[in-house]
Amino acid sequence: MRCAAKVVMKMSEKKPCCSGGGCCAGESVTPYGEKDKWVTGEVHTPRGGVPMVSTKLDFKDILGAWKVRWGIGRMDYKINPGLYAVGNPDDASPVLVSANYKLTFDALRKELSGLDCWILILDTKGINVWCAAGKGTFGTGELIIRVLRTKLSKMVSHRTLILPQLGAPGVRAHEVTKQTGFSVVYGPVRARDIKAFLASGFQATEEMRTVKFTLWDRLVLAPVELASAAKTSLMVLGLLFLVNLFAARPFGLADFIAYAGAVIAGTVLTPLLLPLIPGRAFAWKGWLLGALWTAGFAWLNGWFASGSLLLATGYLLVLPSLSAYLAMNFTGSSTYTSFSGVIREMKTAVPLIVLSSAAGIVLVLIKSLSA
Amino acid sequence: MKHKYLKNVATLRLSADKCIGCGRCAQVCPHRVFKMKEGKAQIKDKDLCMECGACARNCPANAIAVDTGVGCAAAVIMGRLTGREPSCDCSGGECC
Repeated sequence: MRCAAKVVMKMSEKKPCCSGGGCCAGESVTPYGEKDKWVTGEVHTPRGGVPMVSTKLDFKDILGAWKVRWGIGRMDYKINPGLYAVGNPDDASPVLVSANYKLTFDALRKELSGLDCWILILDTKGINVWCAAGKGTFGTGELIIRVLRTKLSKMVSHRTLILPQLGAPGVRAHEVTKQTGFSVVYGPVRARDIKAFLASGFQATEEMRTVKFTLWDRLVLAPVELASAAKTSLMVLGLLFLVNLFAARPFGLADFIAYAGAVIAGTVLTPLLLPLIPGRAFAWKGWLLGALWTAGFAWLNGWFASGSLLLATGYLLVLPSLSAYLAMNFTGSSTYTSFSGVIREMKTAVPLIVLSSAAGIVLVLIKSLSA
Repeated sequence: MKHKYLKNVATLRLSADKCIGCGRCAQVCPHRVFKMKEGKAQIKDKDLCMECGACARNCPANAIAVDTGVGCAAAVIMGRLTGREPSCDCSGGECC
């Protein structure tokens, strides 16, 4: 029988006090709040209680995920770093390492039903594993500190840490081993493959090791792209409102639809259709969809008639550029663009976008003010 | 459908002399850029590299070099405007 860690359900709000000599047995090694409903109890270890987490997401978790997907409070959606327990782990149970972004933590724990394991959460300032690894907060130093601070070597008898593969950009595995004695095993990219990975004795298939960017992956990113573009758009609309005070041809619903379409082309349609749009540079892909939209909408509105040609030309210069700019910014949300590639793309795209939109704005304003 | 970004831009370099054939790079690469052949790592398709730096950081023999950085235009623009290193820290709340 291995070291039997006792499970105590959260029955009382008060901390159970131990007999004699400084009460601390009930003290959780990882602090958590009463509002954290995902903590279902504590696993008691010689080093203190370890919060046991549910492998099911409740309404609050799902609502929280929905909010951050729309960009509401997403930079402050985090849990305390430290050690957590899933099921009823003992000193032989595997240790999974993850980030303290709540969305990440939820994605991980919901895949762990029926398992007994430890989760070591690093302080990544509420950022997901991959981005944090790129910044270095999911990194060698933080991992070493967290292993030492949780006294992990006394919690488990083995010396293996399972890291998500996407943590690798931030972690020098051999350095961690040198400093802590724990060897690093890189697990699969996606949490849903962890069970298969553990069951096969740490074997990950090529498929499990490959980052994808599926239609669904791109779809869940759409709201936050749209929300952030909408915020900036409010300023644009404010400016147009001011222009309207002097305009001979005030901006109206058709102009708004033309503009909104270009924003959607850049933030939603280009991401969704990404691999289907010919070409490789994001700005080009966005420009293409923006140009198709603008040309189509201008034609429908009869803006190509001689009286409105100035307007059509102006919009064809400014709106596709806007789509191109928004699509170019989607490089940061994609899973396959390199820094060198983005720099190369920007060298061509940014000057064109600036010149084209400046010319377009001038034409549209001339049309609007002089009609 | 496979995503492909710009060709001939990745800065990934592998020194076959230094490579000890541990296979760690092939393991951690999210785009399967490496393959192991005759006890050495080889670059299979450099154009798939997104310069995340996982391979270089985990290479115990320092056989791999790559200029890493955020592949994010918004971050590059913010970096230019503020004069700081481009990072995912878009304080406005929009971020990668």
